[in-house]
Amino acid sequence: MSDPQPEPDVAELGVPVVEVEGLEVNFKGRVGFFSGLLGRKGSDAKAVDGVSITLHEGEVLALAGESGCGKTTTARAIMGLLIPDAGTIRYRGEPLARSRRGLRGYRRQVQMVFQDPTAALNPRQTIYEIVAEGLRIHGVPGGPDAKTEEQLVARALSRAGLRPPERFYLLYPHELSGGQRQRVVIAGALVVDPTVIVADEPVSNLDASVRGEILALLMKLREGSRISILIVTHDLGLAWTVADRVAVMYLGRVVEVGPAEEVLQRPKHPYTKALLNVVPEAGGTERPILQGEPPDPTRIPKGCRFHPRCPVVASGRAERLGILNRCIGEDLALEEIAPGHDVACYLTGLGEEP
Amino acid sequence: MSVLSVRDLVVEYQTTGGGVPAVRGVDLEVDRGEVLGLAGESGCGKSTIAGAILRLLPAKTKITGRIELDGNDILELTPGKLRAVRWTAGSIVFQGAMHAMNPVQRIGEQIMEPILVHGQSGEREARIRAGTLLEQVGLPTRRLDDYPHELSGGQKQRIMIAMALACSPSLIVADEPTTALDVMVQAQVLQLLRTLQHDLGLALLFITHDLSVLVEVADRLAIMYAGKIVEQGGAEAVFHTPAHPYTKALAAAFPAIGDMRFRGRPSGLGGDPPDPQQIPSGCPFHPRCAEVTPACPSVTPELWTAGPARLAACVHASGAPALEGVSR
Repeated sequence: MSDPQPEPDVAELGVPVVEVEGLEVNFKGRVGFFSGLLGRKGSDAKAVDGVSITLHEGEVLALAGESGCGKTTTARAIMGLLIPDAGTIRYRGEPLARSRRGLRGYRRQVQMVFQDPTAALNPRQTIYEIVAEGLRIHGVPGGPDAKTEEQLVARALSRAGLRPPERFYLLYPHELSGGQRQRVVIAGALVVDPTVIVADEPVSNLDASVRGEILALLMKLREGSRISILIVTHDLGLAWTVADRVAVMYLGRVVEVGPAEEVLQRPKHPYTKALLNVVPEAGGTERPILQGEPPDPTRIPKGCRFHPRCPVVASGRAERLGILNRCIGEDLALEEIAPGHDVACYLTGLGEEP
Repeated sequence: MSVLSVRDLVVEYQTTGGGVPAVRGVDLEVDRGEVLGLAGESGCGKSTIAGAILRLLPAKTKITGRIELDGNDILELTPGKLRAVRWTAGSIVFQGAMHAMNPVQRIGEQIMEPILVHGQSGEREARIRAGTLLEQVGLPTRRLDDYPHELSGGQKQRIMIAMALACSPSLIVADEPTTALDVMVQAQVLQLLRTLQHDLGLALLFITHDLSVLVEVADRLAIMYAGKIVEQGGAEAVFHTPAHPYTKALAAAFPAIGDMRFRGRPSGLGGDPPDPQQIPSGCPFHPRCAEVTPACPSVTPELWTAGPARLAACVHASGAPALEGVSR
């Protein structure tokens, strides 16, 4: 890239909408019946282990990582779909209420789009019923320019790109293509006029050719209505096309977060670099691929939790730089290395590149 | 010398609602030691081709044309002969490795089964062969005694590859072999396939909707739309300088990180793939095409020359006959 990079401007970020601080979610370990009788205990899985992220107004934040890194669990906690073991989630400064009523009010503002539209839609409901469900739970808003339920459903469908909306009212999900189904899911979220959309792998179950259309739709919502979008994905190429900021998670922690241009073009954490290496690119150039299985959250390694797979440790470079003992023995937190760009790696303290 | 040669293949599924033409005249050629990538949206007919090559389609399906695999005329084989050809001449790796294995049989026995069925060796040698195969796909021999549930998704997909290699076939058909896997594991499996293909000189037909994966592994690419091949050529050339507007749209779905043209501008293809029972007239892609001309709804394009070793079924191709209202 020859053209000069605009300086990432932190002040550009809007006001915080959703703030997550020190989030921890554990899943109880399970053992078989007989092992239980013998007094054995399953080990708990620390799915999320101290995550702090902020979603600003009108921003697209990508939460990226492998399966089992805790990205979906973080998204579900933000939705109030599970109760965290520690940490706070605030919406516009207010802590998330745990009461039924409190959550209902919150979910009017924060809506979720799931990965598999076929599983998310009730096969025995018509598209109209599916989209209207949110309004029936939250009530049709009153006021001077009040609209009827039908008007709101029609508006949500056409905002989601299903036009003319009347044509879809009486159809069932099986009569639509995968892309159209995902649009119905998005219409169901839009109908209550949310300010935040949490999208968990919104395009990974779709054909490559229709992915772009769905992403373009999400981008339009952000521009038109200043909706903030948290997009959970394993695909950094997708993050490059849509995200303003990227947070990379590994084993329940955010290991790098910052402006998308910085994180994706000049990664500072060896794990981010490894993830970038597996984005398929033309040429079949031999790039080192991280070996081994996705890590197990029931057995979190000491020190930097990435060290057993870290190429900097494996190549002996960490030892030469004199940080090996800390890599394998001392836990570390995110540290700011540039405005708005935080990394959790001992290399950055030495000014070294991964 | 080609391992697989498909000529004018037409496949029509028989349903209660009438015949569904899934493949409408396809020619393919895969040479020894070559990887041919076959790409397209769901429903374009790419998996049907995989099924037709090993005759795995429902019994009533109408198949015409000619499929020659390792010198065998597949469509004319008797059931007994067909069994002998499956696994030894050509084998297949399916998408859902998790569902393709018998959950109550040990891994070793499952890998040994085709070797024993084909009478290639006795029980003892078959077990040794199974152990070697496991090592080839990067797993320790002791895994032979594991059950499928003891393995991760990536390991199961490795086992599927080991099974496909069991009888040393000339051709492996890989139908979306990495789609259900996690990013890092997907990269590992691709690397393994590439190494094995190279070391064993295999012919590989690699089917996926993910064009970016194909560029990494394939020598040549064939792009399918509505049951026909619409573009064909060297993998890099097809991906980087697509000649067919459909290929352009598919390639744009995989942005290169760092490429400012994609930043903040996701692009995709509007509309839906055509219903195989109501394929649009002329060029079937014209209702969704960004470069449609007045001629497109009436001219049925053939695979015209579109550069050196390149074919494209588009009126914009350099070798297309001159048509009214079409500029190049």
